[in-house]
Amino acid sequence: MNYSVDDRGYYGQFGGAYIPEMLYPNVEELRSRYLDILQQEDFRREFDDLLRHYVGRPTPLYFAKRLSEACNAQVFLKREDLCHTGAHKVNNTIGQILVAKRLGKQKIIAETGAGQHGVATATVCALMGMECIVYMGQVDMERQRPNVERMRILGATVVPAVSGSMTLKDATNEAMRHWINNPTDTHYIIGSVVGPHPYPDMVARFQSVISEEMRSQLQEAIGNPFPDYVFACVGGGSNAAGAFYHYLNDEHVNLVAVEAAGHGINSGESAATTALGKPGVLHGSKTLLMQTEDGQVIEPYSISAGLDYPGIGPMHAHLFDVGRVKFVSATDDEAMTAGIMLGRLEGIIPAIESAHALAALKQFEFAPDDVVVVNLSGRGDKDLETYIRWGKY
Amino acid sequence: MKNRITSLFATTKKDILSVFYTAGFPNLHDTVPIAEALAASGADIIEIGIPFSDPVADGPTIQQSNKVALDNGMNVKLLLAQVATIRQTVNIPIILMGYLNPVIQYGVERFIVDAAKAGVDGLILPDMPLYEYEEQYQALFEQHNLCNTFLISPTTSEERIRRIDAATQGFIYAVSASSTTGAKGDFTGEQLAYFDKLNKMKLSNPFLIGFGISNRDTFDRAAAHGAGAIIGSAFINLLRSSTNLPADIRQFIEGIKQPSRV
Ligand SMILES: Cc1ncc(COP(=O)(O)O)c(C=O)c1O
Repeated sequence: MNYSVDDRGYYGQFGGAYIPEMLYPNVEELRSRYLDILQQEDFRREFDDLLRHYVGRPTPLYFAKRLSEACNAQVFLKREDLCHTGAHKVNNTIGQILVAKRLGKQKIIAETGAGQHGVATATVCALMGMECIVYMGQVDMERQRPNVERMRILGATVVPAVSGSMTLKDATNEAMRHWINNPTDTHYIIGSVVGPHPYPDMVARFQSVISEEMRSQLQEAIGNPFPDYVFACVGGGSNAAGAFYHYLNDEHVNLVAVEAAGHGINSGESAATTALGKPGVLHGSKTLLMQTEDGQVIEPYSISAGLDYPGIGPMHAHLFDVGRVKFVSATDDEAMTAGIMLGRLEGIIPAIESAHALAALKQFEFAPDDVVVVNLSGRGDKDLETYIRWGKY
Repeated sequence: MKNRITSLFATTKKDILSVFYTAGFPNLHDTVPIAEALAASGADIIEIGIPFSDPVADGPTIQQSNKVALDNGMNVKLLLAQVATIRQTVNIPIILMGYLNPVIQYGVERFIVDAAKAGVDGLILPDMPLYEYEEQYQALFEQHNLCNTFLISPTTSEERIRRIDAATQGFIYAVSASSTTGAKGDFTGEQLAYFDKLNKMKLSNPFLIGFGISNRDTFDRAAAHGAGAIIGSAFINLLRSSTNLPADIRQFIEGIKQPSRV
């Protein structure tokens, strides 16, 4: 089975570049140059150096003893929460800003949901001395206030998206409109494995460092690189793409993607795309999409701003389609409970996004010697207000 | 039967006025009377937008009309029925323009067939990739006598313009600036050079200039460089504020089309 993107940007029936002509030159410039740039020696050196000395990679693969006892399995946490800025998102923004520099771009735009990608973008823009504009849904600006202020401290301009549901989907629309209106000097740093080709592939490559490290860390910890399971939450799917990447062809490794069920898959307030979606086109790619019969995109819901997106990256739509990745979901309640549980058992408060991945552990019957890796995509600092409002701790 | 778009461009080389509006806006059943008023007032082409929840190439005016239309209950099936009604009285070209996703859900092939049957002459699907059209749909468009119009922008390469020209029947939609819809049309030297380039390329299709055309003045200036121009956001603003659609539409269109009294 081949899981990589083909040369036209498709994963099976999903992917491609469904964009208005005004975006074509920008996307085509990126498509025709990204592979060359990524292979350049000086690019590799700068990228690796920044990941190591600036982001703090490799992130630990931590054996969670008390969580393991609770789950009756050997549970490791891949500590992306320890990345500089608090989530995996920075792996991608470092990569993309180095690409943007090599394309001669002077300005950066981004969309953000939880604010983690916005913060990671504002951070690398500060690092490189580049102008940064971040679009964020007005609803998300309210529920992730600390991240809004972090972006501003870092010198970014945060622009509220006030159309639609005023969340991630609408922030993405606004960023694309900005790019249409600023076609030459601006690079759009998309924050997940979504968007027109080559974004899904490029972002997956930048995030693939997660599973690359997991392999060598497991080799050291258990004597072979293969876990029995890898769990990751899926909003657009970038942390999951990174955690699965180097295991896709090792079919004996079970890959589990966890979507946000919100108030429950059938509650009408959910973001569980594979359960509720059909093939469609949004934000430049053909993928699974939550939509009405008439093809209007449905406003998703999740307590977690980073998972509140009506689609998933095309690579995940394909992995779901062919059955390589098992897709499950966790509700708001299950995720919040799991997040607090991790605090109590391991002294780690996870991002609510990552708590969805933890919550799914309960849905599996593991053998006691099963090796399970949970990709802990981010830390919970940004979510303190949501934890406090939820109470029950 | 000849296609009304190709017929129009065969006989009329200048000052073609195409007017865009969103189906189901401001009210669900305004689609038909607006088309009738446009035809009666002297518009040359009617372009009807299929509303979509996420119109990424559009500025605030058309975004808002899309939202209102969807809230009103507009959908593809109803639109095709409205077009069939328009066709009973209107004989100028009708083009449907929309984002791909609602068309995909309706079924692209079924849409092509049903649109042709309803009396549509052409489609504009700005986010349909050129290769997908060439490989999957071009034959079907031709079979059903539908024109397909692609957009080009000032940043589109000459090589790509040639390829688009080769895949087009009818006309090319030359976006006046690198922008979303609703931008201000005050052409810069750069834009004029772009129109100039298009004319010098001697394309096999004529082109209409759109985006930023809002009144007599901008229409005249755009039309001087192509076969005519397309008005969208400005017309939608008129619809939004109008209390007498037929009269206001007539005044608007005549204000653009009537020979100026010197
Ligand atoms: C900590 C964390 N995890 C996961 C996500 C979801 O994104 P993705 O599915 O691309 O990893 C986000 C998005 O903001 C996030 O902040």
